[in-house]
Amino acid sequence: MSTVATSQIKLTPEHARPRASVRSRLQDALPKIVLAPSFAITIVFVYGFILWTIYLSFTNSKTFPSYVLTGSRAYQRLWGWTFDTDPPSSWYTSITNMGIFGFLYIAICLALGLFLAILLDQKIRGEGVLRPIYLYPMALSFIVTGVAWKWFLDPGLGLEQTLHQWGWTSFHFDWIKNKDFVIYTVVIAGVWQASGFIMAMFLAGLRGIDGEIMKAAQIDGATTFQLYRRIVIPLLRPIFLSAFIVLAHLAIKSYDLVVALTSGGPGGSAWLPSNFMYEYTFKRNEMAVGSASAVIMLMTIVAIIVPYLYSELREKPR
Amino acid sequence: MSAVTTPARNASGGMNVKTLNRIVIYGLLALFALFYLMPLFVMLVTSFKTMDEIQNGNMLALPKAPTFDPWLKAWGETCVGLTCAGIKGYFWNSIKMVVPAVLISTMLGALNGYVLTKWRFRGATLVFGLMLFACFIPFQSVLLPMATILGSLGRFGVTLQNATGTSFGLGNPTVNLVFVHVVYGIGFTTLFFRNYYEAFPTELVKAAQVDGASFFQIFRRIMLPNSMPIFVVTVIYQFTNIWNDFLFASAYAGTGDSMPMTVALNNVVNTSTGVVEYNVNMAAAMIAALPTLLVYVLAGRYFVRGLMAGAVKG
Repeated sequence: MSTVATSQIKLTPEHARPRASVRSRLQDALPKIVLAPSFAITIVFVYGFILWTIYLSFTNSKTFPSYVLTGSRAYQRLWGWTFDTDPPSSWYTSITNMGIFGFLYIAICLALGLFLAILLDQKIRGEGVLRPIYLYPMALSFIVTGVAWKWFLDPGLGLEQTLHQWGWTSFHFDWIKNKDFVIYTVVIAGVWQASGFIMAMFLAGLRGIDGEIMKAAQIDGATTFQLYRRIVIPLLRPIFLSAFIVLAHLAIKSYDLVVALTSGGPGGSAWLPSNFMYEYTFKRNEMAVGSASAVIMLMTIVAIIVPYLYSELREKPR
Repeated sequence: MSAVTTPARNASGGMNVKTLNRIVIYGLLALFALFYLMPLFVMLVTSFKTMDEIQNGNMLALPKAPTFDPWLKAWGETCVGLTCAGIKGYFWNSIKMVVPAVLISTMLGALNGYVLTKWRFRGATLVFGLMLFACFIPFQSVLLPMATILGSLGRFGVTLQNATGTSFGLGNPTVNLVFVHVVYGIGFTTLFFRNYYEAFPTELVKAAQVDGASFFQIFRRIMLPNSMPIFVVTVIYQFTNIWNDFLFASAYAGTGDSMPMTVALNNVVNTSTGVVEYNVNMAAAMIAALPTLLVYVLAGRYFVRGLMAGAVKG
């Protein structure tokens, strides 16, 4: 009897006050309600828009979007162009540039970053001064970097002119005006901007290595070179991976640097796929072709990033 | 005899090698410091020279008669496209765009990070993964649909303007850019706060819950007061990124009076009419670089932490 009574007493308040129940249910749902707008925005403006772009790449949109599917015409046009067409296809130029730029930019940044980090890790006096100097270009915009290097590399004003004045009159450096070499000037400016940051990543990695391991190796008679080659660099593998991801991602997105440094280069010879996409979509009224190139850029990033994110997120299942 | 001399020679030789090593290391470090400083140095000295000195002098020489005129001209007189009123207006455009975009995206990131770590639900990792991937997409793959949407919102704004007298900011390029930067910035801000709050003791949140504190009370009283470092990191990261953006700016506010600083600078430098005033160009570039450089000088440690957090998760 009494048990029934108590259970009734316990039950009644919840049933008698439905308001409280709504409120508590609202409280429970509140976190999801707070997160929902951000998530919805991401779904619509990222994933929805990507689908939209993919759709457009299968239409024959020119100046304005058209929504009549016409098959893979845009892709066939992209890949149908070759170097033999006259003038040479901008798409082939763009992806060749991407290959040259991507490879050199990533390789030089990694090598230089690691090299500087190792040098800085030798108990250097004045490290606190040098580190910010190596790293500050990362705070500048690509536009500012481009303007600065454009001036520095200009044959009539910059380095060449200066060396001529100093008496080295045979010195010749006009890559920035040369359609075959202009992409290498983009590499120089890009490396200048990002290598300091890669150095900081490697330095953080070096500082994280257990000193005991180094000492043990030194006691075993390893030379400094062996120490770094056999022990330190293998231990930095995760940093190499992160740095590679950062650089690959920066390389594929590079757009501003080409614009500011070279204005596209002579005849578009410095274009990267991102410049190709922008020009074809917004300036040459070839929206479908532009979209197709954007899809190809996206696929390249997906191939690099998704396995990386998947492994990163899976490592910490909680 | 040899037994006596060899160790001695080795010892002194060892000393020499060591000193030599140090000299080489310091030499290399100094050389690279020059490499990184050179463009900034050239930009800076050029911006204080007269055109005459630029054409006849050495790029690396210090200005003989330093003049502040190029800076004044860049700020107030130089031509951006057809309007010749300097870059000051565009500088303020950037400020007007950056401040709300940074504040909104940071606040949303803080709330998202709080939910994703302290109010976990099924599928939270998937939600986070989808938001995180959004940070890495090449923006070219969303550029055109966004342009289309902003275009129709602008037309709707005109209709509203005619009907009610105000467009509610629809179609305003600065508002558009704020929106775009918030949308494509929340992935990063969420990442920052999620990783930071992950390490924050959940017991404190649980205890507060038992005491009857609500969702927002816990956020305001417990999480926020302990989030200062990550707020600084996120604000700096977002500020630098949004201030330096060129792609969105040129696509959605590429012409007219509402251009942000980066686009205006690019126009100043690439204006082909008349004599190219290199000193004014360099002064304009310095002005465009100053805000982010200032942040870097004042809070470099946090700047680096932000970059790292964006690069290496956890």
